[in-house]
Amino acid sequence: MNKLGVALHVGWLLGKRQLQHTSKWVTFLTVLIMTLTFFSNIVISGLLIGLVEGGNKANKESYTGDVFLSTLAGESRIQNSGGIMAILDRLDGVDKYTARYLSGVTIEANYQTRRNFNESANTITVSLAGIDPVAENNVTNLSSFLIEGDYLENDQSGYVLIGSTLLDRHSAFSDLFEPLSDVFPGDKIKLSVPSDTGLRTEEFTVRGVIKSKVGEISTRVFLTETDFRRLTGRNDLSVQEIAITLQPGVSPESVQEILRTNGIGDFAKIQTAQEAIPKFLDDIRSTFDILGFLIGMIVTAVGAITIFIIIYINAIVRRKQIGILKGVGINGRAIMFAYVIQALIYAVIGIVLALALVYGLIVPFVDKNPIDFPFSDGIILVEAGLAVSRVMIVVVISLLAGFVPSWLIVRQNTLDSILGR
Amino acid sequence: MIYIKDITKTYTNGSVVTQVLKGISLEIKEGEWVAIMGKSGAGKSTLLYQMSLLDTPTTGVITIDGVDIVHLPDDQRTDFRLRELGYVFQDYALLPELTALENVMIPMLMQNIPTKEAERIAAESLTRIGLGTKTKNRPNQLSGGEQQRVSIARAVAQKPKILFADEPTANLDNASSDAVIDIMKEIHQSGQTIVMVTHEKEYTKYCDRIIYIDDGKVDREEVLQ
Repeated sequence: MNKLGVALHVGWLLGKRQLQHTSKWVTFLTVLIMTLTFFSNIVISGLLIGLVEGGNKANKESYTGDVFLSTLAGESRIQNSGGIMAILDRLDGVDKYTARYLSGVTIEANYQTRRNFNESANTITVSLAGIDPVAENNVTNLSSFLIEGDYLENDQSGYVLIGSTLLDRHSAFSDLFEPLSDVFPGDKIKLSVPSDTGLRTEEFTVRGVIKSKVGEISTRVFLTETDFRRLTGRNDLSVQEIAITLQPGVSPESVQEILRTNGIGDFAKIQTAQEAIPKFLDDIRSTFDILGFLIGMIVTAVGAITIFIIIYINAIVRRKQIGILKGVGINGRAIMFAYVIQALIYAVIGIVLALALVYGLIVPFVDKNPIDFPFSDGIILVEAGLAVSRVMIVVVISLLAGFVPSWLIVRQNTLDSILGR
Repeated sequence: MIYIKDITKTYTNGSVVTQVLKGISLEIKEGEWVAIMGKSGAGKSTLLYQMSLLDTPTTGVITIDGVDIVHLPDDQRTDFRLRELGYVFQDYALLPELTALENVMIPMLMQNIPTKEAERIAAESLTRIGLGTKTKNRPNQLSGGEQQRVSIARAVAQKPKILFADEPTANLDNASSDAVIDIMKEIHQSGQTIVMVTHEKEYTKYCDRIIYIDDGKVDREEVLQ
């Protein structure tokens, strides 16, 4: 064995014996501190990222799909939509897709009971989406967001689904705009849309109310594409959005590339779900990444200081023994290893317990019971890279917290340590 | 073996300067058992610390087998103590977390002796001093005399060039003290050089020579055998 190996061997024996004879309570509390340090380190980061990731996941599952086609800048529709859908029908890897026709719409409610015409009408201007209810449901599971009434059916005309944000009893943003009041399933509302021949107005019945944390769902009004065409007077097949889901294991980037190769990029903007994430969510994620790191480092520093104090007190109490060890020829390196090994053991046990707690309990629990945030169902996202980097940071800092105090004691004069002066 | 020339040791504490050793010169030959005696505060322990590399003299020369030990760097001093010297302290200086066997083994492990071999040598050393049945006991499970015997076993297990003993019987009752001195006599008879500080004349009966220290200087020497 070389000198380092010998020092490690002796340090291991000394460290192990010291740990075995340290108070069980001190060991328990130290391990608990390290567990909580590491736990909060990765859970806080994971929660902050998961908060945004929950929004991204919802955006993908209930709005964009795996690949999302939308209008090119400066265009109002996706040209050659029929041709694109024909390609999608026969493209390997594509599982399902849904196309959406969009238009601006002004909704008026309570016009039948309006008595005072000096007051403003109960109106709101939002986005109107014409969909194939079956295809939309296959891709985004839209019917699962119903909180009142029933879902649309293709063979029923004259019905709409209305986003909950547009109704005052559900809207969390009623201080920002005036939502519709007293609108329930079964009530009549008027939809007015611009067309080539001017404003077209038609009466519809509210069939259901849908609520989602994805803004594009809860702020839209949905109706069948047949009704949409009749209302808007459009007879073309040019849609504004196509959301595509892929078969399991198919990479969105590869499908994106195939679509580009097929020239679809000339007619539509082709984005993966990741690219289609609203910019504000992306910005929030970057900010939360930094916040999570800073909070994690503060928590780690607190844990490291605790370990430092424990090792320092341990070394001070054993100062005479350290002097004796040096006196009988045990070098400083072996003695420091004894303390560093103790810090490392505290850190490793704490990390293992925290990982077991996070991956075995907290993450599965929050996955099943997401945290209810206004814009997403928050999950805890502890990516392997994050966990590994935090393990490294906590281990390195623990090593330092074990090394520095033992170094401070070991470097003292041997005789002074033995004689306690 | 040990050559000391004009060593002084001065301690400074703030504005208070205390000269403990005031120019000591002496020589100790291989195989000798030398006792250093003197009144309390005479400087006998301080002299032992300088000879045994636990401290460094302020001025003067100390060589052991021709090696200038005064100017060795700290890590080499530690290594020198490990390989060439053995220590018996007044208060035994055992590590409370380790068993008697481990206390004896530790310096051997530091010399890269394989664990099994170190265990064998340590067990033999403990058996030789009558503690063969207490190898697994920790220091708090041993009497003062037994602890001092473990300390001696640790010091001599690797057959050091010189065994330094700083008042090895000071904390022991008469019976234990006699036992410790008997063990040291046995070790000496095998050719071990011993330098022992004591203030009890009765325990110098097996020594070859006594050096009396007074006020930081060699007062006189007495050759016993």
